[in-house]
Amino acid sequence: MSVIYLDNNATTAVAPEVLEEMAPYLRDLYGNPSSMHTFGGQVRRKIEEARARVAALIGADPDEIVFTSCGTESDNTAVMSAVETYPHRRHVVTTRVEHPAVLNFARHLARKGFRVTYLPVDSLGRLDMDALSEALDDETAVVSIMYANNETGVIFPVRRIGGLLRERGILFHTDAVQAVGKVPINVKDLPVDMLSLSGHKLHAPKGVGALYVRKGTRFHPYIIGGHQERGRRAGTENVASIIGLGKACELAMQALERESSYVGTLRDRLEQALLQLCPDAMVNGDTGNRLPNTTNISFQYVEGEAILLRLDEHGICASSGSACTSGSLQPSHVLRAMGVPFTAIHGSVRFSLSRYNTEAEIERVIEIVPAVIKELRELSPYGRNGLGQG
Amino acid sequence: MWEYSEKVKELFLHPRNVGEIENPDAVGEVGSMICGDALKLTLRIDRETERIIDAKFQTFGCASAIASSSILTELIKGKTLDEALKLTNKDIAEALGGLPKEKMHCSVMGREALEAAIADYRGEKRLVEEKGRIVCNCFEVTEEKIRKVAIENHLTTVEEITNYTKAGGDCGSCIPEIEAILKDIWSVKAPETPKRPKKMTNLQKIALIQDVIEKEIRPRLQADGGDIELIDIDGNRVIVGLRAMCVGCPSGGVTIEGIQKKLRELVSEDIVVEAQ
Ligand SMILES: Cc1ncc(COP(=O)(O)O)c(C=O)c1O
Repeated sequence: MSVIYLDNNATTAVAPEVLEEMAPYLRDLYGNPSSMHTFGGQVRRKIEEARARVAALIGADPDEIVFTSCGTESDNTAVMSAVETYPHRRHVVTTRVEHPAVLNFARHLARKGFRVTYLPVDSLGRLDMDALSEALDDETAVVSIMYANNETGVIFPVRRIGGLLRERGILFHTDAVQAVGKVPINVKDLPVDMLSLSGHKLHAPKGVGALYVRKGTRFHPYIIGGHQERGRRAGTENVASIIGLGKACELAMQALERESSYVGTLRDRLEQALLQLCPDAMVNGDTGNRLPNTTNISFQYVEGEAILLRLDEHGICASSGSACTSGSLQPSHVLRAMGVPFTAIHGSVRFSLSRYNTEAEIERVIEIVPAVIKELRELSPYGRNGLGQG
Repeated sequence: MWEYSEKVKELFLHPRNVGEIENPDAVGEVGSMICGDALKLTLRIDRETERIIDAKFQTFGCASAIASSSILTELIKGKTLDEALKLTNKDIAEALGGLPKEKMHCSVMGREALEAAIADYRGEKRLVEEKGRIVCNCFEVTEEKIRKVAIENHLTTVEEITNYTKAGGDCGSCIPEIEAILKDIWSVKAPETPKRPKKMTNLQKIALIQDVIEKEIRPRLQADGGDIELIDIDGNRVIVGLRAMCVGCPSGGVTIEGIQKKLRELVSEDIVVEAQ
């Protein structure tokens, strides 16, 4: 059975061009980029090319890019660097809807005695800007707010947030793991000090990421050891993956505009059709300001894991915010922060598309999803299709 | 991805006995949409022989909840009520070829629905208050249920209790209580809780209360969007201002009682917390 992959916010396919670019460095060109000999030196040059490519995608200088092992490491590094370099500032600000890479790190700091403010969002997942400006004080070491949310795709007002923080002289880190490669980002005219990205969300392999650190920003490394990355991130480089990330950024840069409108059209077609064909369904998040590839839909009266496994039978891959799919008993913290009713959270499904999806695939999903929802509702004691009064 | 048995997969994709019996002799409803799974079981019972002639179910829930419900109806059909009552959640799980341990609560839900239906038939509708004290507020799990499931399944750890009943699986504030119940059942030593200082001056006590609120209570509340402010300490009375994120939301699990419990545990037994 062929797979229809609509879970690109979880991870993406490695682009064939990326794989091709990487292969020689896994096979023959295994030199250590730190070595003095030519055999290692050629690898070093290739890493610098990758750095330039990553930098170009977000409008940075190559010097401002630090390669890391993943988005999570970039996030941890950024926040930790801020609190290390401003030791007298014991306050950290973030949001309730961050990825665990930031949220759990903030909780970790809270346990260590830091004051942490978790900013609320409204029912559409939009940040409360007033709450942000009220939260700031002289003790605030860093504000870490995501560029776009992984579950809903909602985009945060990074420019306005950064503007406010510049005025107050407070460091700003943004987790742009879901945004890089999907929407244009140019740090030249965006007031952010640090920005995280991750390879496997933009068709590079898993296990490689980068942190943008604006020139002049105080920095403290998270992983300490050798002099790699000019002392900003120790450890012998994940050479092939870094090269892959570079290539993926180059591809994204060449095609970003065209692809995002293509993907956006498919997403809109999918979303509109599902809302039309499935009663008691609604979109979670601000549809006016979202990543082009993401839609998060709640199907009332049915449970997310059941939906995903029935879709899986048809080769359709998606994800859900329901408790049963989280590996814990807690449903999505993002949808909870938005005040989405529990009944709707349990039936939430996220479809996230990529450049590799086709119209034919989307039409097939439009056929299957409503049928699956209908079948499951016939099993459910709730809702209009349920036989009982519930 | 969960590792489900072939039987679970089969019954999830092709459940048996779906629906609702018209004018049923017994109805058992357990769970709720808020908790993430719910089961409505309807039975046709031969009044002469007390035998279950027919059983149908409707389930809101994950794959294993649906499969557990389906197998339950198959297991009880043809049985007398007394025979059916002997069915344990383990029997349900075994008939399914096993369940992932995190999903054992689905089998417990099946057994509970059966009990509820039989109680309904026998006119034993019990009031909620009689079912005993609620230990886990997030999932409304009573002490009675925890004890019963623990004994029947030989559960000795909080994690197992969570897997079987969900208790303790959300805000976690009832975990010490679950530990105490387990300790009571098995009289094994539960992990030591941090000891509180024996003798304190008033100043030390105030400092400790402040510390516990800042380090233990506040971060948890803030993580859920709430906040707490220490307003005054007057002898044993601790007066706080509390801002919960959403009233009635299962994760707004930090309550005055919870705060009091924590302070009693870590500071002094006689503390009384009051909200301003
Ligand atoms: C918003 C966001 N931040 C951080 C991460 C973590 O990235 P990684 O998986 O590379 O550690 C993810 C990916 O799951 C994400 O979606």
